[in-house]
Amino acid sequence: MLRAVVRGSRLCPALLRAPFSAAAASPIPAPNPRPDIAYNKIFINNEWHDAISKKTFPTINPATGEVICQVAEGDKADVDKAVKAAKAAFQLGSPWRRMDASHRGKLLNRLADLIERDRAYLAALETLDNGKPYAISYLVDLDMVVKCLRYFAGWSDKFHGKTIPLDGDFFCYTRHEPVGVCGQIIPWNFPLLMQAWKLGPALATGNVVVMKVAEQTPLSALYVANLIKEAGFPPGVVNIIPGYGPTAGAAISSHMDVDKVAFTGSTEVGHLIQKAAAESNLKRVTLELGGKSPNIIMSDADMDWAVDQAHFALFFNQGQCCCAGSRTYVQEDIYNEFVERSVEKAKARVVGNPFDFKTEQGPQVDEEQFKKILGYISTGQREGAKLLCGGNPAADRGYFIQPTVFGDVQDNMTIAREEIFGPVMQILKFKTIEEVIERANDSKYGLAAAVFTKDLDKANFVSQSLRAGTVWVNCYDVFGAQAPFGGYKASGNGRELGEYGLEAYVEVKNVTIKIPQKNS
Amino acid sequence: MKKQGSDTNPAQAMPALPEPLKDLKIKYTKIFINNEWHDSVSGKKFAVFNPANEEKICEVEEGDKADVDKAVKAARKAFELGSTWRTMDASERGRLLNKLADLVERDRLILATMETIDGGKLFSTAYLMDLGACIKTLRYYAGWADKIHGRTVPMDGNFFTFTRHEPIGVCGQIIPWNFPLIMFTWKIAPALCCGNTVVVKPAEQTPLSALYMGSLIKEAGFPPGVVNIVPGFGPTAGAAISHHMDIDKVAFTGSTEVGKLIKEAAGKSNLKRVTLELGGKSPNIIFADADLDAAVEFAHIGLFYHQGQCCTAGSRIFVEEPIYDEFLRRSIERAKKYTLGDPLKPGVQQGPQIDKEQFKKILELIESGKKEGAKLECGGGPWGDKGYFIQPTVFSNVTDDMRIAKEEIFGPVQQIMKFKTIDEVIKRANNTTYGLAAAVFTKDIDKALTFAAALQAGTVWVNCYSAFSPQCAFGGFKMSGNGREMGEYGLHEYTEVKTVTIKIPQKNS
Repeated sequence: MLRAVVRGSRLCPALLRAPFSAAAASPIPAPNPRPDIAYNKIFINNEWHDAISKKTFPTINPATGEVICQVAEGDKADVDKAVKAAKAAFQLGSPWRRMDASHRGKLLNRLADLIERDRAYLAALETLDNGKPYAISYLVDLDMVVKCLRYFAGWSDKFHGKTIPLDGDFFCYTRHEPVGVCGQIIPWNFPLLMQAWKLGPALATGNVVVMKVAEQTPLSALYVANLIKEAGFPPGVVNIIPGYGPTAGAAISSHMDVDKVAFTGSTEVGHLIQKAAAESNLKRVTLELGGKSPNIIMSDADMDWAVDQAHFALFFNQGQCCCAGSRTYVQEDIYNEFVERSVEKAKARVVGNPFDFKTEQGPQVDEEQFKKILGYISTGQREGAKLLCGGNPAADRGYFIQPTVFGDVQDNMTIAREEIFGPVMQILKFKTIEEVIERANDSKYGLAAAVFTKDLDKANFVSQSLRAGTVWVNCYDVFGAQAPFGGYKASGNGRELGEYGLEAYVEVKNVTIKIPQKNS
Repeated sequence: MKKQGSDTNPAQAMPALPEPLKDLKIKYTKIFINNEWHDSVSGKKFAVFNPANEEKICEVEEGDKADVDKAVKAARKAFELGSTWRTMDASERGRLLNKLADLVERDRLILATMETIDGGKLFSTAYLMDLGACIKTLRYYAGWADKIHGRTVPMDGNFFTFTRHEPIGVCGQIIPWNFPLIMFTWKIAPALCCGNTVVVKPAEQTPLSALYMGSLIKEAGFPPGVVNIVPGFGPTAGAAISHHMDIDKVAFTGSTEVGKLIKEAAGKSNLKRVTLELGGKSPNIIFADADLDAAVEFAHIGLFYHQGQCCTAGSRIFVEEPIYDEFLRRSIERAKKYTLGDPLKPGVQQGPQIDKEQFKKILELIESGKKEGAKLECGGGPWGDKGYFIQPTVFSNVTDDMRIAKEEIFGPVQQIMKFKTIDEVIKRANNTTYGLAAAVFTKDIDKALTFAAALQAGTVWVNCYSAFSPQCAFGGFKMSGNGREMGEYGLHEYTEVKTVTIKIPQKNS
């Protein structure tokens, strides 16, 4: 059973669906729904700082709407301070630059050990600040965080340069050098996991980091900052600034001394980041942005499994996933049954207190998202989609929304084109494979896609035809640190995770040396 | 040239050196199969000696063909499709290797003391160098476990083609006595990281630390049958491994003579894959423009490290004519500085040779050197009245045709030769059946890179010697071996590549 639970990182829907009433027998420790908040300041040079402006902002528990605590609000002045610290840590001859690559790996492994030690606390903090069910925080988010850090720990001394058979009497080789000061701006939907996705490859390859965490969910990242210090990373290698996009985020993306910026968030803000990079110092940019990912169910698919997975693909994490399967295309002959079963599943989804083991769905992250999602639901109804269940707030307080399913959705409706980022499922009907490929690709996004079929030819044909950075076949949301993730088109630039994820964090330097005589 | 920043090493400093354990108890002396301890099928045992005082440490179960058969059965079972080991996530294999590294770190003092008593290795060397290298090797390959990528291949036609890097299967691994623990980890770490199962035969001189590792492997959580350890002798247990019809691959580190037997056995039996790390007679070339202090020291350590019992020993030192006399003078001075004695004692710089056979062979080669006209500058005889100690020995005026310039001595005997030109020394350095390692000392960039290309050796060091690290591939040209260990290259020796091609309706780029 322990093994099955550990496999939660596979986002196995069987697990997520399993009633946690058996929690007493499970290895998940009981949560503390009121974890102490130890860190709420700006982390620079392995020390805690107030904002230069002395400003603070409240962070809210989305399950109640109550303020958890005040957090120091970083802006341009604090970013400048952090960049200075990072630059100093990156100087030639610094401890960080001279450190053995294998030792960088050792530090990352040690950070993973510390997160594992404090796993229950971090899971509770994540749930408090973000609203995701504690069981998910503990089993899925924290497990993936630890695995991600360990994965990149292993890469630190294995990302090889090459020696190159250059024409002429030369010795030619490449060095994979760190890019330098990396600005990293991360979102609120998987606060700890996004932090690990960003830190893992950047630190494995020897960069220094100035990270801005989302204003909705700064707490877990700040706790990890303290673990970074405890693990033994030199001062200035990682600096973490809680703050807002238009101030702190903008300061990073337009900074003349930041060599690279990595952003995960909305496509709208992604445009601003890329523009700021262009207008400042042409810093390298990687973006992981929005999606409207198609999930194609062929009539020969295993129906039980497809219904399960399509539900999970959309509703996981309160629908707050950039890769959410938010356009479920179902082949005509099974459409009615699929819709009926999907509605049944959505109605059975347990919404409530995220610290309760029975809860499958917690609140949306904040009032703004909550309102935006309800707005999309009204638009869907107005534009003629058929509301089959849900559609309303699910509680008197907190930002809970009922699991919602729309049928008879048409491609031109707003809810079929825009990212809703909430528990709202769109089911569309298709007839032929050629038709569905064309419709699936008719989107400005290209983050993920999936196809469910037992037919080998269909699986291969569709997976090669879809314009998306990830294609799942007979599964959805299968993530692992080993597999790259990123978007085609307006879903992003570059890839994170896997060996590919390292490329964004190195400059390739070609060294050519004249030699007296070449021999093979 | 200005050095930037601080001089202190930012990496974790070497741990402080503790005292060796006073009363080391030997707990594991049996055959390790299926995570359990077994007597030998024959009921035989053999004695293990401390080479520093020739006293018996304990008796160990003597495995032979019957025990190898038993171990192979266990390894085969652990490798069956659907087994715990085969269905395990690659990242979990990595986690187990990291766990094993943690346990080795925990028991570092026990293992280092054992290595000293059993192998005659200086305690400080065992604790700091050998154990440090073991831990790093395990962690290095732990990291590779989920990074051994197959490829998708743009094959012509309407096909989807990909490769899987699959474990080979049951790997026989036969390891030597000079670095018992390091060689143990060099063998098991890449094999396990790729998902193989192993049957290891440690050397009969030094089986104790490998058997202790058996207990740690079990504690780390490796499934039964994944690692099996059979102590025993080459002609019986070793031969049974190399001839076995159900072993898919054999890896051997040891003498070139035995390497030939292993390859022959593989050819005669089931064409098992073979990798060999064998002997060497590595040239170390010192130019007049080199930093003389550094060159003398590296050349000295390159030969005398661990009583000269290294396959990479820099045992042909070619020194450019203008500095020959000065280099020789300083080398002799350096060799005379030694304190020999009990390798457990602080301050001792050279321990005993591993056993009587090696001891005699080295003394015999020293005699041949004298007879063939080399000039004995210091040392040349045994030391002390018990234990297999040999005085640090330096020969000058060595010529290329002498036995001491051609044969591997594997002892504290340094040969120093003279050369005049680059072309000459390249020819002479390469004029050997071996090709394991080589080094050149020079400040001239052209010379350094010319030699890096011209020397026929699997490893070339420039202005250093014996610089090892798990990231770097190691292995021999010519009769120094087949294949490479360590680094990413080391993984290739433990995987079969499977090409899978699937017909598809239509190809698109």
